[in-house]
Amino acid sequence: MKEPKQLSVSAIQNGTVIDHVPAKNLFKVIQILGLDKIDTQITFGTNLESKKLGKKAIIKISGVYFEDEDINRIALVAPDAKLNIIRDYEVVEKKVVVVPDSITGIAKCMNPKCITNFEHVTTKFRVVSKKNVVLKCHYCEKMTTQENLHII
Amino acid sequence: MKKRSLVSIDDFSTEEILKILDLTAEFEKEPTQKLLEGKVIATLFFEPSTRTRLSFESAINRLGGKIIGFSDASNSSVSKGETLNDTIRTVSNYCDLIVMRHPIEGSARFASEISKVPIINAGDGANQHPSQTLLDLYSIKKTQGTLENLNIFMVGDLKYGRTVHSLMMAMSRWKATFNFISPEELKMPDEFKLYLDNLGLKYYEHNDFTDIVSRADIIYMTRVQKERFSDPIEYEKVKNIYVLRDSMLKNTKDNMRILHPLPRVNEIHQDVDENPKAYYFEQALNGVYTRQSILCYLLGIK
Repeated sequence: MKEPKQLSVSAIQNGTVIDHVPAKNLFKVIQILGLDKIDTQITFGTNLESKKLGKKAIIKISGVYFEDEDINRIALVAPDAKLNIIRDYEVVEKKVVVVPDSITGIAKCMNPKCITNFEHVTTKFRVVSKKNVVLKCHYCEKMTTQENLHII
Repeated sequence: MKKRSLVSIDDFSTEEILKILDLTAEFEKEPTQKLLEGKVIATLFFEPSTRTRLSFESAINRLGGKIIGFSDASNSSVSKGETLNDTIRTVSNYCDLIVMRHPIEGSARFASEISKVPIINAGDGANQHPSQTLLDLYSIKKTQGTLENLNIFMVGDLKYGRTVHSLMMAMSRWKATFNFISPEELKMPDEFKLYLDNLGLKYYEHNDFTDIVSRADIIYMTRVQKERFSDPIEYEKVKNIYVLRDSMLKNTKDNMRILHPLPRVNEIHQDVDENPKAYYFEQALNGVYTRQSILCYLLGIK
């Protein structure tokens, strides 16, 4: 019997495809990139089979191209994400995400005594380790490690 | 002029630290100068710290400045539920500089970003207390004649003591050797040892005082607090090991001086006080001169 050959998420003509997003972090990626606030067509699939990630998600955003600086903001929740830049149904460029040197407003400081957990202060961190992500809080100067990382 | 605050000791370059220490020596020679005449300094103590507040207020008074503020959050608008954001934005309209102490970590950095006037962090929880570090550096430089290549002994609570952490990081700029004497439960945390490893600086850990103190240039004592121990029996076992007595100082070097951030409880026996190597009360006096120079530096007066 022949396997039905079809895409789980239909192709787009122009825009960006974000692949290899861990399924559990799909909505965090949507939130970080503000995809809930843009008005072009977006399709996504989640809980798709992936040899590398187990369950992955894929997002296809029509008519939108991201600056590296913006797309790297998802590195904390989707470190293995691959980007395909699509023009006229063709992949014209492939990109990977890179953990940036500093992170503003995405992660929560794990120190319960930090000012960012008491008042309306946007969190800010310096990335002191990129492999196993370690963030140093700009305010309380304490470290937040990967296993304690919470996305706001 | 660009507004400059002092939140963390790392906000100052090595040159700036040395400049502060030079200024401090000038104020020691001539403590009463009307450099802050016409200036209003706010001292906002969201948690009480009598010693630090009096030291700052003494420094301001000797320079002829006027003081506004509070010594306890319970008699300020904070008790009505005002945010730190609102307090700082309001008070920075009333003064030329804010000295603040707050129990929440990172509060001073946040304040320095929203305030119109410079902030001096007089302690933000367990995080930073840079004027203490600067006065410690001044005391070390004054008694040793240099900051280079000294052998620094740190004794007591090395795990939670923010004073020893800041001083250790600051002294590492001048290639110090460190000896850490503490109970097992209150050892210097790994992140700080890693910091020294990365700089290639030597440190040694001990569980009690040994003959090795004869090599010390500085013994920096801290309080071992009962509430830091998960097991009260552990505290009972170690509480007397970290008490410094006059008899233990016999073989120490002539230039050696004993420092303590104060308040002391019983970790330095009173029989040490008369020993010329006891320096902790002079250290507290140096705190006034150091704060005078920080105030004048941040206000662009010196």
